[in-house]
Amino acid sequence: MYDVIVIGCGIVGAATAYELSKFQLKTLVLEAENDVSLGATRANSAILHAGFDPEPGSLMAKLNVEGAERAKELCQKLSVHYNQIGSLVVAFSDEELALIQDLYERGVKNGVKDLALLDREALHIMEPNLSSESLGALHAPTAAIVNPWEFCIALAETAVRNDVEIALRNRVSAINKTDKGYKITTNKGNYQTRFVINAAGVHSDDIHNLIAEPNFEITPKRGEYYLLDKSEGTIVNHVIFQCPSSVGKGVLVSPTVHGNLVVGPNSEAIQRDDLDSGRDTRNTSEGLKNVAELAKKSLPTLNLRQSIRNFSGVRANNSVGDFILQEAAPGFIDLAGIKSPGLTSAPAIAVYGIEMLEKSAGSIFLQKEKYIDSREKIVFEELSLEEKNAVISTNDTYGRVICRCETITEGEIRTAAQSPIPPVSLDGIKRRCNAGMGRCQGGFCGPRVVEILADELNMSPLDILQDREDSYILAEATKGGH
Amino acid sequence: MYELIVIGGGPAGLAAAFAAYEKGVKDILIIERDQKLGGILNQCIHNGFGLHYFKEELTGPEYAARFIDMIQQTTINVLLDTMVLEVTENKEVHIVNKEQGYQILKTKALVFAMGCRERTRGAIGIPGSRPAGVFTAGTAQRYVNMEGYLVGKKVIILGSGDIGLIMARRMTLEGADVLACVEVMPYSGGLTRNIVQCLDDYKIPLLLSHTITEIRGKNRVEQVVVSEVDENRQTVMGTEQIFDCDTILLSVGLIPENELSRDANLELDSKTNGPFVYENMETSIPGIFACGNVVHVHDLVDFVTAESIKAGSSAASYILEQENEPTQFLNIKNGDHVTYVVPQKIREEKIDRRTELFFRVNKVFDDSQILIKSQGEILAKQKKSYIVPGEMEKIKLSKKVLDKVTNGELEICVEEVSRV
Repeated sequence: MYDVIVIGCGIVGAATAYELSKFQLKTLVLEAENDVSLGATRANSAILHAGFDPEPGSLMAKLNVEGAERAKELCQKLSVHYNQIGSLVVAFSDEELALIQDLYERGVKNGVKDLALLDREALHIMEPNLSSESLGALHAPTAAIVNPWEFCIALAETAVRNDVEIALRNRVSAINKTDKGYKITTNKGNYQTRFVINAAGVHSDDIHNLIAEPNFEITPKRGEYYLLDKSEGTIVNHVIFQCPSSVGKGVLVSPTVHGNLVVGPNSEAIQRDDLDSGRDTRNTSEGLKNVAELAKKSLPTLNLRQSIRNFSGVRANNSVGDFILQEAAPGFIDLAGIKSPGLTSAPAIAVYGIEMLEKSAGSIFLQKEKYIDSREKIVFEELSLEEKNAVISTNDTYGRVICRCETITEGEIRTAAQSPIPPVSLDGIKRRCNAGMGRCQGGFCGPRVVEILADELNMSPLDILQDREDSYILAEATKGGH
Repeated sequence: MYELIVIGGGPAGLAAAFAAYEKGVKDILIIERDQKLGGILNQCIHNGFGLHYFKEELTGPEYAARFIDMIQQTTINVLLDTMVLEVTENKEVHIVNKEQGYQILKTKALVFAMGCRERTRGAIGIPGSRPAGVFTAGTAQRYVNMEGYLVGKKVIILGSGDIGLIMARRMTLEGADVLACVEVMPYSGGLTRNIVQCLDDYKIPLLLSHTITEIRGKNRVEQVVVSEVDENRQTVMGTEQIFDCDTILLSVGLIPENELSRDANLELDSKTNGPFVYENMETSIPGIFACGNVVHVHDLVDFVTAESIKAGSSAASYILEQENEPTQFLNIKNGDHVTYVVPQKIREEKIDRRTELFFRVNKVFDDSQILIKSQGEILAKQKKSYIVPGEMEKIKLSKKVLDKVTNGELEICVEEVSRV
């Protein structure tokens, strides 16, 4: 019997598990996939928004600003790549200049600090590669870029180190009310719990509907992106947004924490039937063309031939227009419809959710006397020469570079393989230590990582996956091989 | 302080190091990232190597072994399993390995022989879902030939580059069903002999002017949509064919691996994606030479060897003779139908009687002539019966022709000639 079961381990589930792990509660996280952070968390703009966008008074407005502050603190404590580079909303017309004025005022109401309106000259000094047709911008210095999946993994891992249990490959199929709480049925078995937190992302409505009358609907939207080579990573210094207009929301161009450039997203409605089919996160030639054209409006010299990967993510847009944080049934909390700025807000959503649960339980959860609240991570490339040699002298696998593009060593890959939530796939390794993230996209290091991972997990290379369940890499041994 | 450091222990690095040694340089270090010498040849277990250089037919590992044996007879030092992380303009080489940790080595001269890497799905932006089962041909070749695993059973190959063609045959021999090789251009990017021996002999269709317009599949490739393209490489609607398959191999181009060249501030040629080189394979920084696929992508290893011997010998001259570098040079321009020329610059003073230029064209020619022009005037021409983009062309330039250049610029053009 668990005290709390969290359904879903994207950024919201992970932040919730992390917060719950500070309390004297027996907590379980159920995740449908074979790893954490496999939904919207791994395919988004990787931005911690300042908070001038949401409607004042909305949950989004409140939790965005709170979440951004908490996220900054968490990234520092848990060794998550974070860089507060600030954002610019660029205006290209008189109407858009008026619009950024509105955004400025909205931001002030939402409690966003240090906002400033820049004229053309000031803007072009900050961003010399910006289109000469840009007339001014709203500058939000508190906006930051982050590694979203690393953030999620760090939170989930810390929760696990604080004795939260996680059960991967558990897809929830039924929820029943019991005397003491709920019985949750998955493809793997049944779990009893007093309380439930629904953090199931695009499926949060499905989960809600297993226990309560439908009162919201997720209307998933796909956003397509380009990820460009590091050669393009310094074309801008800030997150560059366009103004939302009648034609569309515009696309952003932003450096990433790894030094690449991310360009996107557009917004396309997708069919519910397409969820989890692979079609939901596909790229389309029209979508990519659209993103490319819009991005060139901000940066006419943008070289999209330096693309190293296209991807797309699915946002849990919803019928309500705000985050849906509610008690669906007694002791059953929905943290649902978490669209942008969900990544930013997640740490605050988690706290908000637990407060709702305490209110529902009629008691305050007791904190543990001691819990882990830090995470060390060796990133070889970021060490000084002396530190590099110190780490190699204690563990020589740090002297063997496996991923040339990103300078990731065997030591980092083995450490990732042994992490508290062990990965079973090449992409799981990539998410934990960045091997394969670079311009050759794992062409060089892929076979070597397969070998290391098979060795660490004591598995045949034939059983190592690319990503999700059934995403096998190798079909069979060759004639006379193995 | 070394006399010469060679970065890369593949065919280019081995030949360059050996040539420099033969010329009298004794203090040489080869740095190789893999656990053995030979580079990509180690996974090229097919034959066809060495026809020009050794006048016999060898497999890739055999070809590499000849040079490895030669190197082992010398006092050339080799560091294996060692990554070069950075090279600075003043020839400091940052390396890391398990035994020595992170070190900064110094040298009088350098040869860059890092080879090339494959273009990926991301670089060409194939639409569709992103399941497992999409490999670059070279990665698949490593899995099959080095690791002993077949990457799939029903295969579509995109691009008709040589590795893709070789893998079409290899996968077939391993029992996989290769459904088609799809090429966006109206001609193949690979060697004619590979089209014949790897596709035709196994009845694998080559679909020219076609491309993959969608990849389908949830966790592993399930289907591929192939469409015809017009002369502007735009998809022709209504020509879609659907193939049920589990694997896509990409053979869509190779890119010289020049991250270290960029760090060292070598001037690069945007057409080859490699450093520009002079007639003796010296780069824009005196004492740094480059050869093999890091300069431009070759079709045949034999030509890599020849070019690398030139680079190694030149590095030896630089180290041993301490000549003053000439300041006068000719620029070689890419004229009509020529996509690139290597070397890009020629210093006449460094040439004895003649020099060689290597180039590629952008379309298929039957009867044609190669023109050497300066200021619009034709200085020399050479007839050719067949020139294709997939095969590198070579032309010899005598000093007599170079003497006729007046404005410091030379242009290589190719034009069709009508059959008499």
